[in-house]
Amino acid sequence: MPENMLNAPIVVLVDRTPEGIPTAGALALVSVARALTSAEVVALAPGGLEPSASAVLAAAGAARVLVADLDGREAVAAVAADAVVAAVRSVRPAVALVGSDYRGKEIAGRAAVLLGSACASDVGDLEVVGSELRASKLVLSGTWSTTMTVSAQSDHTPVISVHPSAVEPASPAAGEAEIPVEPLDVPLSAEAAAVKVVSREVSDAAAGPDLAEAQRVVVMGRGTDGDLGLVHSLADPLDAAIGATRVACDEGWIERSAQVGQTGVSIAPSLYIGLGVSGAVHHTSGIQGAGTIVAVCDDSEAPIFEMADYGVVGDVAEVVPQLVEELARLRG
Amino acid sequence: MKIVVCIKHVPDVQSERRLEEGRLVRGEDDVLNELDENAVEAAVALVEELGGEVIALCMGPEDAEDGVRRALQMGADSGVVVSDDALVGADVPTTARTLAAAVSKIGGADSGPGDVDLVITGMASLDAMTSMLPGALAAALHVPALTLAGSLEVSADEATITRSTGTVREVLSAPLPALVSVTDQANEPRYPNFAAMRAARKKPVDVWDLGDLGLDAVAEAGIAVVDFTERPAREAGVIRTDAGEAGRELAAWLVENNLV
Ligand SMILES: Cc1cc2nc3c(=O)[nH]c(=O)nc-3n(C[C@H](O)[C@H](O)[C@H](O)COP(=O)(O)OP(=O)(O)OC[C@H]3O[C@@H](n4cnc5c(N)ncnc54)[C@H](O)[C@@H]3O)c2cc1C
Repeated sequence: MPENMLNAPIVVLVDRTPEGIPTAGALALVSVARALTSAEVVALAPGGLEPSASAVLAAAGAARVLVADLDGREAVAAVAADAVVAAVRSVRPAVALVGSDYRGKEIAGRAAVLLGSACASDVGDLEVVGSELRASKLVLSGTWSTTMTVSAQSDHTPVISVHPSAVEPASPAAGEAEIPVEPLDVPLSAEAAAVKVVSREVSDAAAGPDLAEAQRVVVMGRGTDGDLGLVHSLADPLDAAIGATRVACDEGWIERSAQVGQTGVSIAPSLYIGLGVSGAVHHTSGIQGAGTIVAVCDDSEAPIFEMADYGVVGDVAEVVPQLVEELARLRG
Repeated sequence: MKIVVCIKHVPDVQSERRLEEGRLVRGEDDVLNELDENAVEAAVALVEELGGEVIALCMGPEDAEDGVRRALQMGADSGVVVSDDALVGADVPTTARTLAAAVSKIGGADSGPGDVDLVITGMASLDAMTSMLPGALAAALHVPALTLAGSLEVSADEATITRSTGTVREVLSAPLPALVSVTDQANEPRYPNFAAMRAARKKPVDVWDLGDLGLDAVAEAGIAVVDFTERPAREAGVIRTDAGEAGRELAAWLVENNLV
């Protein structure tokens, strides 16, 4: 057995795009699992996938795919969690991995209670030491980091939510291009079945780079006074995702999904640029993972300047157009 | 309508939070978890509309009673603190099972919600920030979970929420009894006035231990913290006050540092 690997299977919950293909995050999660075990990585796709998807999952390192017919209801977290429970009971893996968005975390918590096992959330790094799994994560708004040991035992399979953005995708395994796709029988619990989806819309705000995974993020704060044009003039040439403070979302200037911070998205870009952002702790707790922080704000006392690598005390309406023009010139 | 609102008493996010022996240091500057104020507000507003009672439920050290008192000031009718040395450092599933047992006792049942119609929680607690507890608690109670509600409507036999998570906006409903977690968008928590603070002092608070809930010692979690370190705080860097050239200077700095 190779060193620093488990020798029991791992189940990975595969989220999919509206087109039915695995998300980039889901593929990264399969790669994470591939690097942790010498045994099978089993992809679980509640609700099924496009036929072409099994080859993509195989390339990422999955040995087989389990699909469950859930009558189109897999968007309900409890329904997906019931599928995780069924997959764990059938495969008896060392550990089950899910993505670390709000839905993934809800699935992990529910599945762990139903399995009588443990769960962990927001894990950034996983490795095998001896026969143990070690999970690391940031806590207390990113001010501390912790490492925990997780006893990976198939009689009490832990369910862990992992931030795939924190992981280098492994190079595709030279495995089978075609892997088996097998049906999984999922006994739905009454309480999962009782949740009714009255309506569901996916907004197309998803265009442009994904906030959680973007390498550059420009954040719209109250000081932009709702001028989206100004924000785009900087974000677009930098290929940056646009984020926002809660105030900008509350004002209706931008979709709620753009909110960065404690009750929004946590981001870890290499470059963060805050425009008219004061830097309240509720916001900055979500940007601790940023490589470089730049802020333009007219209040020299704003707390964002205590953590900015480069701060400009000035009016965004004057600084940003000049910045954009000069960047265009310097970058040719 | 009988509503249990689950709350947590946590270190203030504005304070110097730290770990010792792998555990969060509590009891220095603790407050009612800010995100649970929305849960209390939702519960109190529903009972004002539909009639009934609100019971504030908290698991934690005994001084967590302060968090319950805050909920009573905001309009909850009575409180329960579940406190037991065996629960120190409890993980999410253990917390969920313990709170579920407390809800059952409040509802007059051995398991399940009994005559409790609705359990309301905040979207996350600001200490661990997992947001896993609501779903886990619903699982332990075997009731449907409607999580991350941006708005909430409740009738005699059904709860309906709207929520937006990522790029999805949805309306979900479930028959009562059910569990709902609310976001900080759901309402504007009220600020108790003097009369409300005084009235809260007379409201009953029970303190229960694991024995009162008929629970044995807590099972091994299977997860143990083995290492914890404070990360160096971010330091302030260059600050320029704009005198007409700051945009150009920033552009040069970004290019020099290979950031764009
Ligand atoms: C429970 C809870 C959870 C929260 N969660 C979040 C969260 O997830 N994310 C979040 O962002 N917030 C969150 N908040 C809100 C947070 O506390 C702050 O209110 C918010 O982050 C402030 O946003 P802002 O910086 O855009 O606005 P402000 O704090 O008002 O700052 C705007 C800044 O812009 C400056 N300014 C004004 N005009 C100009 C100009 N022309 N040029 C340059 N600068 C200008 C102002 O001087 C000011 O410094 C939460 C609050 C609570 C209570």
